Amino acid sequence: MKRTTGMNGVEVGRTLDRLATEMVEELGVPTDYALVGIVTGGHPIAERLADRIEASTGVRPQTGTVDITLYRDDLYTGLERPVLGETVLPFALTGQDIVLVDDVLFTGRTVRAALDVLNDYGRPRSVKLAVLIDRGHRELPIAADFVGRVMVTAKGDKVTVMLTPDDSGNDTVSLDSGGPQ
Amino acid sequence: MKRKDMLGLRGVSKEDIVEILDTAERFRNVSERQIKKVPTLRGRTVVTFFMENSTRTRMSFDLAAKRLSADTLGFSAGSSSTKKGETLMDTARNIDAMKPDAIIIRHSAAGAPHMLAKAFPWSVLNAGDGINEHPSQALLDMLTMRDHLGSLAGKTIGIVGDVYHSRVARSNIFGLTTMGANVVVAGPGTMCPPSMAALGVEVRHSIDEVAEDADVIMMLRIQRERLQPGMMATVNEYSRFYGLDLDRLNKAKPEALVMHPGPINRGVEMSPEVADGERSVIMEQVTNGIAIRMALLYLLVGGESAGGDSNAS
Repeated sequence: MKRTTGMNGVEVGRTLDRLATEMVEELGVPTDYALVGIVTGGHPIAERLADRIEASTGVRPQTGTVDITLYRDDLYTGLERPVLGETVLPFALTGQDIVLVDDVLFTGRTVRAALDVLNDYGRPRSVKLAVLIDRGHRELPIAADFVGRVMVTAKGDKVTVMLTPDDSGNDTVSLDSGGPQ
Repeated sequence: MKRKDMLGLRGVSKEDIVEILDTAERFRNVSERQIKKVPTLRGRTVVTFFMENSTRTRMSFDLAAKRLSADTLGFSAGSSSTKKGETLMDTARNIDAMKPDAIIIRHSAAGAPHMLAKAFPWSVLNAGDGINEHPSQALLDMLTMRDHLGSLAGKTIGIVGDVYHSRVARSNIFGLTTMGANVVVAGPGTMCPPSMAALGVEVRHSIDEVAEDADVIMMLRIQRERLQPGMMATVNEYSRFYGLDLDRLNKAKPEALVMHPGPINRGVEMSPEVADGERSVIMEQVTNGIAIRMALLYLLVGGESAGGDSNAS
């Protein structure tokens, strides 16, 4: 496997700035939409987008998390069983506009599972999808509404998003290529 | 955690117990949602096989399996063909032919679940085997204790009553001592002989000696179905010497918890004021039971082993 840097800290920061701006342009002041990060990668990105939306509009959108472990379609396929995360939705979902947030959009199966989780908590008025990276290779008819960057990858590549907890500009996105196709 | 069965807490590591309790904490919120169901065990079949009476444990396992979307079917002593003389192994072979994924068994013979676990490929969960073990009950007790005490290490847990015949007590003793708690027990000599100390507990002689320093007072049910003649003079006498009433509870630590695995013989091992009092966490035990049993089914039946993520975003 060969590792290359997909994005450095400055680029991740600018991309998040632009995503937040696009969300405000399209969705307005966040009084009636909430950001829901998918555990684990989407959660810190949802919080950072919320920080930026608050900085530009003066209103912080509500945030929550969804853990998809119990809704996966591959629990029995021989993959290692992931550790259970936590779904925290501190607001009523029914009638709410939701933006699902994840770090990397790949097969679309995680998003499919996240939609099922939301459905079991209520009936949102609408659900949009925001991702930092779209790396292609969809296996389901799912597309993002807000995309940070499109990365060209081979199917066996591994995209890793490392965010520092303090938003200090040292985040990285790396690409490991040359894995099994 | 890598195991096919949950037969008892004897020999189960601290890490595995912590994993089960942590997983159960995550499952709690499923029962608090409007839609109390996750699709995790969709298409799996869970059989409840109860050869002794049970209401709580059976309903709890049944509900846990249903909240994980498994299909459940049950059969019990009164209605089954064992009444017609079928052996346990023959009954199990017939269940096996129906392709289950897990069996939850309660049986009056100690070791019955172990025998099935050895002979068949599906997961076996022991829901009580004779006077041996009842691991899911002990795990839900430990979860309830951890909720209130924070940690189990160094805490003193008192168990009072028919300790010798209690599979609940035995599983708790194994689990709690593994977690680093001090277990003290008391009961009439016929039900709590000094030889219990071999399990790593301290045997005391009266309920008052247990109550004086316990963080938890766990009262056991007098199991009339397992008592031989002469083990107890009269119920009234037992209650006078070993029952927990308000006078006795008032001498305990003010924050001591009162627990009981149910069903309660009101006025025998525990007075109604204590059972319904503010230090009683008996109903929390029942609620935690569903989360513990969901965690066990998930960890034993749901997919492969723990750890890692699959990068399948």
